[in-house]
Amino acid sequence: MVTAAATFGRSGSHDFILLRASAIVMVLYSLFMAGFFLSTPDVTYQVWSGLFANIWMKVFTMLALSSVLIHGWIGIWQVSTDYVKASGLRAFIQLVFSVGLIAVWLTGLFVLWGV
Amino acid sequence: MKKYTFSIYRYNPDVDNAPHMKEYTLEMEDSQDLMVLEALIKLKEQDPSLAFRRSCREGVCGSDGMNINGKNGLACITHLSSLKSDKIVIRPLPGLPVIRDLIVDMSQFYQQYEKIKPYLINDDKTPPARERLQSPEDRAKLDGLYECILCACCSTSCPSFWWNPDKFVGPAGLLHAYRFLIDSRDTATDERLDELDDAFSVFRCHGIMNCVNVCPKGLNPTKAIGHIKSMLLSRAV
Ligand code: SF4
Ligand code: SF4
Ligand code: FES
Repeated sequence: MVTAAATFGRSGSHDFILLRASAIVMVLYSLFMAGFFLSTPDVTYQVWSGLFANIWMKVFTMLALSSVLIHGWIGIWQVSTDYVKASGLRAFIQLVFSVGLIAVWLTGLFVLWGV
Repeated sequence: MKKYTFSIYRYNPDVDNAPHMKEYTLEMEDSQDLMVLEALIKLKEQDPSLAFRRSCREGVCGSDGMNINGKNGLACITHLSSLKSDKIVIRPLPGLPVIRDLIVDMSQFYQQYEKIKPYLINDDKTPPARERLQSPEDRAKLDGLYECILCACCSTSCPSFWWNPDKFVGPAGLLHAYRFLIDSRDTATDERLDELDDAFSVFRCHGIMNCVNVCPKGLNPTKAIGHIKSMLLSRAV
């Protein structure tokens, strides 16, 4: 029996809104990064760490990583409840991805802390 | 004379260990064009053990939904000539348990239909003496919804219904859900929406539009589902 207990949002519409909102943040972050690389001819260590030293960049990056976490969490839950019928295997897949996503989020947090 | 070859899914759980495809041939005049259902009836004369459902033979009862050359449709209103091939492969509607040959067990489909409460709910304590009036504009909102004949061609072509037939209402059920959500005489709109706002009932529809592609009545469940999503989302924000 699949229930909605392991997803992120409180309801179907909450999940739907979280998925769309996190997608928008990720697109904005990707566009920003593409713009940065196009407009910066020489990306040296100084330029790169200077960028991430800005408080707004840290916040923007954490927002993007939070979006990856939320989007990935809901997405993996949806795909696994469609395609993986064995509940043990489904729980294992959800666990691996959820732990992985949280690890990425925490890594981002500590790396930004140090810049 | 022209010759058609049919490959038909056969399974009788009382005798067969596993389903298999059986070949048949049918000859007819060059000028003749039959419906798939008429061809099946002729094949049943050759082989009386072949089982399928049919009733009205004119696309109004919804009994003879089946998968014809890979696409769900009603056998009684599908011309052989429209298939543009002399090889015809017929299988039962995908995803539902097979009872025998082309006959499937539709219980899961009807359970989803039952879930959406397919009847008018009105809590008016003093019902009008004669009838509930509706303006022509409000009545027009039901067009493209009420015509559904519950043939299940749409829901059994929907991957989301294949994966979660016990929790995703499916295109047919959701088309009916919207038919009552939008009815000006129905007063249970909020309760209906409450019951649909989980992660499966409506939101497992990802807009693949297989349902629109196959509906023999030319209806558009995806559009109705989009309206339900908008109703749910405008309550949520
Ligand atoms: S919406 Fe169309 S395909 Fe689906 S059950 Fe109704 S008539 Fe059949
Ligand atoms: S549009 Fe929605 S209901 Fe229709 S086939 Fe696709 S997922 Fe199923
Ligand atoms: S036999 Fe009634 S719809 Fe085909």
